[in-house]
Amino acid sequence: MPEYSWPPMNKRAVMGKSFDRLDGPQKASGRAKYSSDLNKPGQLFGVFLHSPHAHAKVKSIDISAAKAMEGVTAVRIIAGPGAELQWAGAEVAIVSAVREEIAKDAIRAIKVDYEILPHVVQEQDLSKVGSRAKAAGEQVTGDPDKAFKEAAAVIDGQYGCPVITHCCLEPHGNVVQWTGGTVNLWPSTQAVSSIGGDLAKQLEIPATDVKVQMDHVGGGFGSKFPSDRWGSEGAKLSKESGGRPVKVYLDRSNELTIGGVRPSAFAKIKVGANADGKIIAWQSESWASGGVGGGGMPPIPYVMTKIENFRLNHTAVSLNAGPARAWRAPNHPQASFLTCSALEDLAAKLNMDPWDLFHKNVEMSARPEVYRKQLVKAAELMDWKKKWHPRGAETGNIRRGVGLGMATWGGAGHASKCKVSINADGTIEVEIGSQDIGTGTRTCITQVAAETFGLPMSAVRVKLGDNAFPASGPSGGSTTIGGVSSSTRKAAVNALEKLFERVSPGLGVPADQLEAVDNKIQQKGNPAKGLTWKQACQKLGVDRISEMGENVPAQAAKEGLNTLGAAGIQMAEVEVDVETGIVRMRKMVAVQDCGLVVNPKTAASQVYGACIMSICSGLMEERVMDRVTGHVLNDDMEFYKLAGMGDIGEIVVHMDITPENDKRGIIGLGEPCAIGGLAAIANAAANALGVRVPMVPLTPDRVLAALSSDRRNA
Amino acid sequence: MSSIKDKEKQTKPAVSRRGFLGGASVGGGLLATSLAVQEADAQAAGKLSGLGEVAITLNINGKPTNLAVEPRVTLLDALRHKLDLTGAKRVCDRGTCGACTIMMNGKTVYGCSVLAIDAVGKQIATIESLGGPGKLHPVSAAFVKHDAQQCGYCTPGFVMAAKGLLDKNPNPTREQVQKGLSGNICRCGTYVGMREAVLEASRSMRNA
Repeated sequence: MPEYSWPPMNKRAVMGKSFDRLDGPQKASGRAKYSSDLNKPGQLFGVFLHSPHAHAKVKSIDISAAKAMEGVTAVRIIAGPGAELQWAGAEVAIVSAVREEIAKDAIRAIKVDYEILPHVVQEQDLSKVGSRAKAAGEQVTGDPDKAFKEAAAVIDGQYGCPVITHCCLEPHGNVVQWTGGTVNLWPSTQAVSSIGGDLAKQLEIPATDVKVQMDHVGGGFGSKFPSDRWGSEGAKLSKESGGRPVKVYLDRSNELTIGGVRPSAFAKIKVGANADGKIIAWQSESWASGGVGGGGMPPIPYVMTKIENFRLNHTAVSLNAGPARAWRAPNHPQASFLTCSALEDLAAKLNMDPWDLFHKNVEMSARPEVYRKQLVKAAELMDWKKKWHPRGAETGNIRRGVGLGMATWGGAGHASKCKVSINADGTIEVEIGSQDIGTGTRTCITQVAAETFGLPMSAVRVKLGDNAFPASGPSGGSTTIGGVSSSTRKAAVNALEKLFERVSPGLGVPADQLEAVDNKIQQKGNPAKGLTWKQACQKLGVDRISEMGENVPAQAAKEGLNTLGAAGIQMAEVEVDVETGIVRMRKMVAVQDCGLVVNPKTAASQVYGACIMSICSGLMEERVMDRVTGHVLNDDMEFYKLAGMGDIGEIVVHMDITPENDKRGIIGLGEPCAIGGLAAIANAAANALGVRVPMVPLTPDRVLAALSSDRRNA
Repeated sequence: MSSIKDKEKQTKPAVSRRGFLGGASVGGGLLATSLAVQEADAQAAGKLSGLGEVAITLNINGKPTNLAVEPRVTLLDALRHKLDLTGAKRVCDRGTCGACTIMMNGKTVYGCSVLAIDAVGKQIATIESLGGPGKLHPVSAAFVKHDAQQCGYCTPGFVMAAKGLLDKNPNPTREQVQKGLSGNICRCGTYVGMREAVLEASRSMRNA
């Protein structure tokens, strides 16, 4: 069997080096074409009619006026008479027209008679959701009641984080053309290899008839996996319009309403500990909603999963609001926030530094040694011991505090196939049905291929974003880098072996004694006996070598190319103005566990970005629902707040790139770094204020309310 | 739009348009300004009303460009849909996120917040006026070097905003960079690289 394992860390020339992302110049010059930038010949615009009601039944719908309008090419009813609409924004009909403005006019000309049904859109107060609550069975381990009685300290708190949206800057949508027997789809997706099959099912046509192409995607964060109505209805509009391509993209209001959300998470949590801070009992009653389907229980207690006595109850709440989609590390930021907030409160009750309490209790995690090391490193980078103070120590109008949060994630590579070709001119072509969602996938694949062939990056051309290429998994769950790197490595090694076989007789060296290094093929360790890469490839004549490689997740651990398990500690320092309630970031520290890092530069960018996303959700982001109308009140970017450049403070990223970690193989990174920051920020505010603000984001009203409810300030 | 409103509009626009143009053109050549005003007035008085598309000429990236747009179409949509200039992105579509930042008469504006017909007579510059991938503008090059982009959808807007800032203030402090780019939003969170990129572009442009 060929030797696929990664070259040792100190022998690698390309992998592990910080190359600029290859599509950077295209993007930074505005020349990169996203699917939403396409202007195909004869292109039409598709616009949806969305439900104005949070819960309603369609009684009748009249599209005749819309159909008669000049410039309208097709009108389709999505929700006909009798259809029940479960959230405001649900798609009711769709129009295609020669201009977007005409399509919008036509939408306004559609007459719909609705039977309005009762709706529920808020879940923060569980007592007000009535029959929308659905409790899961209680889980009990050990004897929590007895343990609470024996505990030296017990805290009882309530914590919550609201629904937030993905708010991808490129909205959901696509350009689609159904002509003859073929559907061409230019999507904005995280799943190039599977979205075509999804669409084929919806259209009831063979999967082979759907061609998918996408060069770039303007943000996904977990919300862009399936084929949606903009694909299937857009295709049908195209067919009904004589096969003209149709561009359908959500506007910002609808993007924020139906483009995907992260479920909320609320919990009443009771935790008990010994006098020395060891946690002995946990009890939680949690609830969550991600729309009509309710919302599952975040994995609490988080990280410290080996607490001996616990009782868990969870209630899913069905709301008439846009449905959840996977959101970078599904349910983990919520679990980290709920757990780490309760533990910080417990430390305060014990008059302990929470760092000491966490350090002691990571014993109950799957990887205590890793967390202990990370806690030490993070404390050093934050200067924690100097900055942390007991609650209430800050008494001025501007108060500072520090807090920490924890993370754990898998991140093993997904199923991935790849084809690598060696051309007679020495160039390398990599074809893979993957996508670069901004994580640097193109660049990393290029590095893997260049490393394997002993060539510079410029010799390798990576082609992705096309479902005609070998299938590779969707970019989700931090599985891409492990999957595509492993399949590329194997395909490249397989191709290289074929080339060795071709040149072996001429060189008089057995194929298994050859190596490819520094633009040469040579006898292992003997540069004198070899050929330049170009000379070797010229022997292919009119032929080319093409070989496949595959990452099979079930076998990956044995092969050692990729694996899972990424711990993380993040710390935050905030400054709170107790007169205005405004919280500002001073500093964040992210200590990130990783395996073999293919490109430290793009990897660090992901961690910086994840810290900033945590700042957004910690201080600003919240989908606000109107109880009366059932609408999203902040379905725009003025009031759906995201951090700007001036809001982030200083951010320090420390990647645990070490020889020991490198030997673990590649581990995904996108999610684990997007988990602990929320808890860190919430805990930093508690430390600054001396009182817990129970719900994030830490908006001024919540901060002032928490201060006024605190007895010391009454 | 009712016909009465159209008539009301036709009786007034020249005044506000001239005032706005005059104000926006401070620093430009006097002759060019008055020609631009005449051109704008002619188009405004004659053709730019009513339903349906009207023919206009926009000065884009140094070239007069003919196109037909409905009066309600934004400059951003005209650039993207009519002229295939897609560097400016449509994200919030209401002047919050900066993804559609372009230059008008040397100042940064949000393309989503200007009507195409109101851009007649103005000097419009999109990111396509800067160098392409083979010959990057120093701001774009610094964005690449500092990995100041992930998905990249906000990037052209940030590059234009940064260029606008550096045109006005060639040597900004870190705080001035933060303030100068506070009208743009990045969802992937690439601000750390951006801060460095703009400071580096400032250095390289001053030394050029």
